[in-house]
Parts: sequence; structure tokens; C-alpha cells
Amino acid sequence: MADNNMVESRHPWKAWLYLAPALVLLAIFTVWPIINTIRMAFLENYSGLKAVGGATFKFGIGNFTKVIKYKKFVQCLKNTVLICFLTVPISTALALLISVALNSIKWFQKPLQTIFFLPYVTNSIAIGMVFAAMFNIVGSFYGTENQLIVTAGIINNVIQFFGGQPVNWINYGSSYAANIAVMTIYIVWNALPFKILILLGGLQSVNKQYYDAAKVDGTSKARIFGRITVPLLSPMIAYVVITGFIGGFKEYTSIVGIFGESMGPADDAKRLNTMVGFVYDSLSTNNQGRASAAALILFGLILVVTLLELYVSKKKVHY
Amino acid sequence: MSNITTMQEKNMQREVLRQRILGIAFKVLVYAFLLLMGVIVLFPFYWMINSSLKTLDEYRMSVPTFFPHAVMFSNYVDAFQTASLGRLFLNTMYVGLVSTILSLVITILSAFAFARLEFKGKNVLFAALLATMMIPGELFTITNYITVTNFHWTNTYTVLIVPFLVSIFYIYLLRQNFLQIPNELYLAAKVDGTSDFKYLCKVMIPLSLPTLISITILKMMGAWNSYIWPRLVANDANHRMITNGLRNAFTDTTGDVNYPVQMAAVAMVSFPLFLVFVFLRKYIMKGVSRSGIKG
Repeated sequence: MADNNMVESRHPWKAWLYLAPALVLLAIFTVWPIINTIRMAFLENYSGLKAVGGATFKFGIGNFTKVIKYKKFVQCLKNTVLICFLTVPISTALALLISVALNSIKWFQKPLQTIFFLPYVTNSIAIGMVFAAMFNIVGSFYGTENQLIVTAGIINNVIQFFGGQPVNWINYGSSYAANIAVMTIYIVWNALPFKILILLGGLQSVNKQYYDAAKVDGTSKARIFGRITVPLLSPMIAYVVITGFIGGFKEYTSIVGIFGESMGPADDAKRLNTMVGFVYDSLSTNNQGRASAAALILFGLILVVTLLELYVSKKKVHY
Repeated sequence: MSNITTMQEKNMQREVLRQRILGIAFKVLVYAFLLLMGVIVLFPFYWMINSSLKTLDEYRMSVPTFFPHAVMFSNYVDAFQTASLGRLFLNTMYVGLVSTILSLVITILSAFAFARLEFKGKNVLFAALLATMMIPGELFTITNYITVTNFHWTNTYTVLIVPFLVSIFYIYLLRQNFLQIPNELYLAAKVDGTSDFKYLCKVMIPLSLPTLISITILKMMGAWNSYIWPRLVANDANHRMITNGLRNAFTDTTGDVNYPVQMAAVAMVSFPLFLVFVFLRKYIMKGVSRSGIKG
């Protein structure tokens, strides 16, 4: 672009005129928040309410040390990390299998492709409520453990059809493992379309010659998958894994969709709260210092995981 | 001699047959897997519609029915009233439309400056803006919440529109598109004495219409699906957005939830998205494949 053909370059102020609306808004809603959030994170026990009242706050790392010792925060961190490490590998593997399968067929490929993209264009709160209805035990939602179960829910019906025992997935008295299982299923369902879109796009741009050569050599399908498909697709796999982790660390609304704002079953609210949920909870109780510290920790985690993955993929990814 | 050849031929034929059977079996397996996954993907949508048309008694039957006995379209009327979906819909459309239009104007102007105009510090500024995309939104939300409170913007439409007007990602997307438009067109326009602004309107915008449509759809979907920020700053009846209304309308009740009506509301909220999916899918896929963001 560095050419002297830019006639308008005699009037550089014009460019700033074009940029002005964006820059003003960015200054207020992007640049200032970065500065201010970092400032609040390092002001111990900062609270907007007290600040208005004229209180001053000591500079230090107190917010961080307090947050990481806070039991609720540790629970949120555990939930977030658990959800990430369950959903990202499962959804990536499943998306890879589906993409490879889709790429290997001709008949009915387009309709299937359309079906697999459908969950992308949904409202995660709305469909979360559908998943909740599917896993719900109707009739004892607000009741006690001993209350008679009227309907076991469609998922439990399917389990019973195949001879299994019904599970209390999300209702009163449900186990943590069952809750996490439901969240994992929902988040994987939600994450598949984007991953399939990227991976299938990658597969379709792979040079067919590699496969023809493998065919001539009589290479087995499993070997082709492991030695050709996966390495050639590795940049896209790295991409969906990284974006998957970033999205996973910011998980919040899908849990609200299933459990509502209580973020947990009726007898154990906040059990499934996440890092983002913790930030908002601190915010609504006017603990901006704590919220800022938690948000910075979240940012740090995302940064570390992303850099780590970029480092690994630089070594492993075949470009 | 001839015996050996026929043996070999027979073996070859058997091998070819074996390969073909294996190939067909594999194809069947692939289709079975894809169809099974397809059913799993579609099932929640089917279940939503199926449940939304049942009576509460039928919904509660211990063995669920796969088709409603009595089709209750009245659930949709009930849901529309219970959740006051009409008002929520208007609120959301207003916020969506206004923020899309303003956002498009800002994005076009900025992308044009970054793609076609020359000024000091352009590349540094652009790189700095791209770097902010790494920061999770929650970090901004904390301070923005304080800012909008100081501006006395809470419970207004402004608070739902203004803070999210600038998207670095959209600027990036459009700039890439603008850069693909050949320089010769710009120079020819200059020779003809066309002003920058006229060139932008007459040449660049029409040529990047697909990207602009992608941005419009993603922005509208963003308004439709936004939940966290509206709940924080504008959760009164006059400004409530559709997703917040949907979640609230059925969790406020302490008694037994009328699930069929709830599912009817969910279906109505999902329906416009479904229409977008059917008619504008390729634009979404185009925008999405380069971002990894939702809405």
C-alpha cells in the first residue's frame, strides 16, 4: 500500500475524520475500560459504591490473593476448566469424524451439511430451555427428593428403553456429575456446527493428489486418516481447539439456559457457576475490585492457554 | 500353466469382490453414523415443537408421546401473552435495527480509512485495535457498567445500542474486502475528479455488499441473542430484550411451570432465527468461518 498514488494523502486529516466516530467510541468503551479495570483490580477491596462515598483504597494485589482463596471462585474455576477440558476434545473429535464422513460421501451431502449447521443459528438460552425440558423430571421440579416422580423426561425414557436406570439429571438432589454431563452434552451440541464448518472447509481444500497417491499405494483408510487427513488439517484443528478453549473459558449463557440464573439445581444454587458468572456476581454486589481481578485472571488464563496451544501447534502443526 | 492362471484370476476376482463388499459396508457405516448424528442434532428442535403443541396433561404422561394427541395452537397464544413477546419483539427489533445501521456506517468509514487512505501511524493503530480483540468482553463490561451508570443511561435504548457500535472484527472483515478492490478503480475515479466519499458510496460499498450483508445478519442475531449486558443495564419492562424476557417469564413463577407454553415461547423466539438460517445461511457461514464468534 505504500505507494505515492494516494492522491488524498495531501489531506491526512481526512482519514482521521473518517475514523473519528469509531475512535471516540473505542476510547470510551474499549480503551478506558482496559485502563480502569486494571486500576480497580489493584485497588484493594475497591467498591464503586464506597468510592462515591469518598473512601480511598490501598494499592496492592489484595484483590487477587483474596479471589483465589475464595471458595466460590475456586468452584467457578473448577467448573470452567472441567467444562473446557471435557467439551473441547469431545466436540473437536466428533466434528472431525463428521467432517471426514461428510467429505467422503456424495449423495445427500448438502442436506446433511445444512442439518449440521443448524444449531449454530440458535439462541443458546432458548435451546438450553429445550435441553432442560428433555432432561427434566417433570412433577418434582420444586419438590423434595421423596416426591413422586410423574414423568422421567424423554432422555430417561430413552435410557429405560435400552434397559438402563433413569438418572436425576438437573432436578432437586441431582449429582454434580449428572449436571456436568448435561452441560457437556449441550455445549458439545452447540459447538459442533462451527467446528464442522471450519474442518469441512479445510478438507474440501485439501489437494486430492495426496489421496490418489495413497490409493495407488493401497494405504488403509485408518492410515490415510492418521497420516494424511489429520496432518493436512492440523492448522484448522488448531484453530477450532483454540477458539473452543476461548469460548469454553467464557461459558456462561448455556448454563443459564439450562439451570436458569440460579446456576445450579434447586437444592444447590451456583454449583455450576463459571468464571464469567463470578465476575457478574461480584459486579452486582458492587465489588468492582474483586470483579476486575477475576476478569484479569480470566484474561490471563485465556492468554496462557492460547499461547501454549500456539506453541504446541508450531511444533506439531504441519503447514 | 492354464490352471495356475485361472486360479490367480479367481483369487483376483474374489479379492475385487471382497474389496467391493467392504467398500459398500463402509459406505453404509458412514451413512448410518451421519444419519444418527443428524437425528441427534435435530432432535431438540423436534422435541421443542412436539412439546409446544401438547396439553400440560399429555406433556406429563409417564411415557411421552411423539406426536401430540390434541394439537394445542392455543399454547402459542398463551405464551405470547405470558411472556409479552410482542413488546419484547419490538424492543429487540428497534435495538437491532438502530445498532445495525449505525454500526454499518461507522464500520464502513473506518474500514475505508484503513484500506484506502494514507495517514501516519495507520498500521500501528490497526495492529493495536486487532490486539484488543483478544481481551474477553467481561473485562470491558465491568468499567462500561460504571460508565453508563454515570451517564445515566441505565434503562434506556441508548445503553443497549451505543457501547457495542464499534466492532474491530467487522472493521477488519470489511477492510479485507475493500483491499481486494483494485487500486486502478480508485485512480480512475480520481482522474475523473470523483471525491473519496463519492467513490466509497458508488464503488466500494456496492462491491462489498456480501460482506455488509454478513455484518448486518450477525449484528441482528447479536441483538436477538444478547442476554448478559441487557440484564445488567436495561431489564425493565419497557426496554427488556427478547432473550431476557424469555428466560425471566418462566423462572419467576414459583409453582409448576407450564412446559408446553414455555416450549411454545421458545419456538417463537427460535423461529426468526430459523428463517434467517433458511434464507441467509451462506452469508452467515461466510462471516462465521473467519471469526469464531457467535453473533
